[in-house]
Amino acid sequence: MYPSRFNYESPKTIEEAIALLTKGNGEAKILAGGMSLIPMMKLRFASPEMLVDINNIPNLNYHRVDADGTFHIGALCRHSDLEKSSILAQHQPTLAATAPLVADPIVRNRGTFVGSVCHADPQGDWASAMIALDGMIVAQGPKGRRTIAVRDFVTGPFQNVLASNEIAIEAIIPATTGTRFGGYLKLERRIGDFATAGVAVALELSGSSVIRAGIGLTGVGSSTVNATDAAQSLVGSPLTSEAIERAADLAAQAAQPRSDHRGSAAYKKQVVRTFVARILTEINSTKTKAA
Amino acid sequence: MSLDEIKIGGMGASRRRVEDNRFIRGKGNYVDDVVLPGMLHMEILRSPLAHARIKSIDVSAAWAIPGVRLVLTGEMMAARNLAWMPTLSYDTQAVLATDKVRFQGQEVACVIADDPYIAKDGCEAIVVEYEPLKPIVNPMQALAPGAPLIRDDKENQKDNVVFDWQVGDKAATDKAFASADKVSKLELHYPRSHPSPIETCGSIADFDRSTSKLTVYMTTQAPHIIRAAVALVAELPEHMIRIISPDLGGGFGNKVPVYPGYVMSILASILLEKPVKWIEDKTGNLISTGFGRDVYLKGELALRKDGKILAVRMHTDSDHGAFFSDAQPSKFKIGLMHSAFACYDIPAAHLTARGVYTNKAPGGVAYRCSFRVTEAMFFQERMVQAAADDLGIDQAEFRRVNLVHDDDFPHRTAFGFLTDSGQYAKCLDIGLEAIGYKDFLKQKEEAKKRGRLLGIGISTMTEPLGAGNSREYDILGIKMFDSAELRVHMTGKAILRTGAKSQGQGHETTWAQIVAHELGIPADDIVVEEGDTDTAPFGMGTYASRSTPVAGAAVAMVSRKIRAKARKIAAHLLEVSEEDVEWELGRFYVRSAPTRGVTIQDCAFAAYTNMPDGLEPGLENVSYYDPPNLTWPFACYIATVEVDPQTGVWDVLKVVAVDDCGVRINPMIVEGQIMGGLTEAYAMASMQFITFDSEGNCVGSNYMDYLLPTAWETPGFELHEVVTPCPHHPIGAKGIGECATVGGPAAFVNAVMDAVKDTGVRNIDMPLLPDRVYEALTTKKDISGFPPVKTDA
Ligand SMILES: Cc1cc2nc3c(=O)[nH]c(=O)nc-3n(C[C@H](O)[C@H](O)[C@H](O)COP(=O)(O)OP(=O)(O)OC[C@H]3O[C@@H](n4cnc5c(N)ncnc54)[C@H](O)[C@@H]3O)c2cc1C
Repeated sequence: MYPSRFNYESPKTIEEAIALLTKGNGEAKILAGGMSLIPMMKLRFASPEMLVDINNIPNLNYHRVDADGTFHIGALCRHSDLEKSSILAQHQPTLAATAPLVADPIVRNRGTFVGSVCHADPQGDWASAMIALDGMIVAQGPKGRRTIAVRDFVTGPFQNVLASNEIAIEAIIPATTGTRFGGYLKLERRIGDFATAGVAVALELSGSSVIRAGIGLTGVGSSTVNATDAAQSLVGSPLTSEAIERAADLAAQAAQPRSDHRGSAAYKKQVVRTFVARILTEINSTKTKAA
Repeated sequence: MSLDEIKIGGMGASRRRVEDNRFIRGKGNYVDDVVLPGMLHMEILRSPLAHARIKSIDVSAAWAIPGVRLVLTGEMMAARNLAWMPTLSYDTQAVLATDKVRFQGQEVACVIADDPYIAKDGCEAIVVEYEPLKPIVNPMQALAPGAPLIRDDKENQKDNVVFDWQVGDKAATDKAFASADKVSKLELHYPRSHPSPIETCGSIADFDRSTSKLTVYMTTQAPHIIRAAVALVAELPEHMIRIISPDLGGGFGNKVPVYPGYVMSILASILLEKPVKWIEDKTGNLISTGFGRDVYLKGELALRKDGKILAVRMHTDSDHGAFFSDAQPSKFKIGLMHSAFACYDIPAAHLTARGVYTNKAPGGVAYRCSFRVTEAMFFQERMVQAAADDLGIDQAEFRRVNLVHDDDFPHRTAFGFLTDSGQYAKCLDIGLEAIGYKDFLKQKEEAKKRGRLLGIGISTMTEPLGAGNSREYDILGIKMFDSAELRVHMTGKAILRTGAKSQGQGHETTWAQIVAHELGIPADDIVVEEGDTDTAPFGMGTYASRSTPVAGAAVAMVSRKIRAKARKIAAHLLEVSEEDVEWELGRFYVRSAPTRGVTIQDCAFAAYTNMPDGLEPGLENVSYYDPPNLTWPFACYIATVEVDPQTGVWDVLKVVAVDDCGVRINPMIVEGQIMGGLTEAYAMASMQFITFDSEGNCVGSNYMDYLLPTAWETPGFELHEVVTPCPHHPIGAKGIGECATVGGPAAFVNAVMDAVKDTGVRNIDMPLLPDRVYEALTTKKDISGFPPVKTDA
């Protein structure tokens, strides 16, 4: 690969990285896993003057659950760390279902969760799960830290609200009050392919009643789709087959896909409908079995 | 006691591949590994448009970049009479565009610089002004009245037709159709795909002014053809040209044509008197070099009520892109398309074939295929299944009725080929047994009641592998024979060279096994070398599954020449007359006293130390082999699938392959070839295609969009074998490298079509992406004959 000329910096602290980004004045790019940025540089779609490699900053590769149930994922936590994580499997069913479906094993070894959310690819899988979970990003800049809900964080395809000298430090998934259920289904033409359509569902149940629901859709809009009507329709009642069907239809309506080489718009809506119904039906049967 | 042939790595030994020793250690020597002193680097600027007139090219900014040594444009090439080059199919191809660009990715300029980064910067700095023209992206557009003329560079070219060709007996075919009980019709598209070897194309040209010698390291499957082409194009004396094809990271037909990049690197090296390296990037490879397939079929079978096929009629429209540059035997414009239906006993057949120019990269290379047989066999097996369904006859039974019987060989096919051997019905039976045919049909009916869609697909075929014979097969007039040269050293070790060129087939392993079989020299004592035109005997290279049928036969023949000479030496050593000497593997002995003998190694030593009077010293020879016929392997592939009616996703349940490729030299390598081929077949059926949008943009210019299957989605394969030796090949072998790629796709497609049959859908064109299957299921309409991309306007 023959990218344009660039300077490479490898800061050892977050503060140092922020200073470099400030110096870069909009022409510097953070390098995390590089699995999105490097391909763009290879094609010369991106020609940053400076790369600020954050991989040598200590203490960013973590994921953990706090006593209150809040889940944290550090900026250098790799997709594969999450795929193998028992804490994730135990506490975050939606994320655990997503992890093995992101890219391929090689990309998962390097790509980061936070980098993926920052990249804001409408076909990124993690962003849908984060939308469904009401997840947040913690960013640090020269003026300190701020926390931003993912639904406000992404402003369009490949665009986020970060200033050019802000770094996303970690992602946070808020704690639940009920019991967590969730799933992720993705139609891909081949392993490592971006989604033709993907569906993330996150539910909290109290008894048999849904007390919170979130549905995020991958690859069926100009950015990740937050299917709020579909999710809202589930809240307050049990997962009856009518409720499931209604939510599936509403999610399909929320999808705004384009026809392309992955399939027609109508087809992608059909996949969304089918996947929402399948995840909810599966949750319903697991829940019944558990009871 | 004679040697144990398996122990010495002879025929039938599943010997480990000797080349893998260096490959899996990362010690292979590919073109890009070659570094010469003072070497410069070349990058190509490609056209972003599919069809446009070039108004101006400004290269001044590129020249201004420090480290840029040379910028070449079409105008500069034209000044040296090198803007156009002849192709392997009697057409011409632009080296660098002068007048127009004719496909997206066409070579427009190139920059030679101190390193590839600077060369790339140089390309970016070139400013080209284009005047866009209407792009033509399929044969329908190309043939439409008033379509813009793509090849206005050619004097007598009045339309976009490359050729109009026919074969078979039209009158007899028409007559059979007139008397048929039923005519089964099918329209299909075999989509464009790319061979996509992992290693892209590239070359290092090194012209040495002091010796006038041009050495070119090049990714080529046919180094001797390239030497001839360079001699003709660059007008250099042939003995001053040395083509070295080192280790190749795959070829699959992609590395047969002559590419503009090779020519430019050669010219640049001559002008600069420095080695010039060009290594194509992946996108360059995917958008500009030899595509495969892209053929539309209108097919018809004339049928009798009882299932007998009376005649076949085929018309193909093939999309060759902007230049007809794929290699074809010069007699056959659409390759061996007329080998279709060779395994069936059909009285009459007629094929018309039209080739057209479009604004796409040159296409039609034999992608793991013996010149269009992949399309031929796919069309055949899809038509066969549709015909069986149309008649309401079981698809296995329908094949059994029409397959050529074992006692009918040699069999002249309706298109004129001579098939010579096979046990077709036996292969089919083994396949049906292995897949559990009868049980599956029951299971399928059961599943249907619960709304599940199961399907089973069969593909049976024999294909012509191993061009020539030289009477019928040539490329640019060069006859399609091949060669082997064997030198046995004093200590009984040997070096073998052939005119073929391995690119993953394992020649270094299997050629040694043939020598071991013929001479009893352990395979480990034989080194095999290919690809250097200064040392290897002249050959036509490796493609079209021709290496074992042709070069492999030459290996056996040269070994026999060596044995004949060794026999004379043995007689001398044993002090008996030659007639009294008997041979067993690795040893000559006296007929009347079997314990008195000498080994082949003894003979080799004597060839240099103690030769009989009147016999030339040394033990080496060369054979040129011109096969009497093609070889005709047979295969039966069967797949079962389940289709998800809600998403159109289909999963493969089981795949059974029964291959009869004659005698197997190295069973492990044969099985590897079959599995690789089935993987490509599955790929073609399910995902692998390159298409173009209405502007002529290539959709599939990288591995995110051009889908090659990985180990994750590739199904498992169950392999079976039948052995019917080839009657004319010295060791009874037939080609195998391409069988599964050729015969496999139809098995998968037929299985899916079987699953959706109740909707009345008779065809879904490849690739059977879930959205297409879903669309067919819900609309109950065929998805036929148009490129598989939907776009929002
Ligand atoms: C072959 C292939 C297949 C893929 N398939 C999928 C798939 O199926 N699904 C999917 O979701 N993704 C897929 N991806 C993308 C992959 O998941 C990326 O790893 C991920 O999107 C980006 O993470 P990264 O750490 O590699 O980010 P990088 O490439 O390093 O960075 C991406 C962008 O985010 C910015 N960035 C990164 N980290 C931060 C940070 N901490 N703060 C602020 N900005 C930051 C960078 O500056 C850059 O602009 C695929 C990638 C490849 C190469």
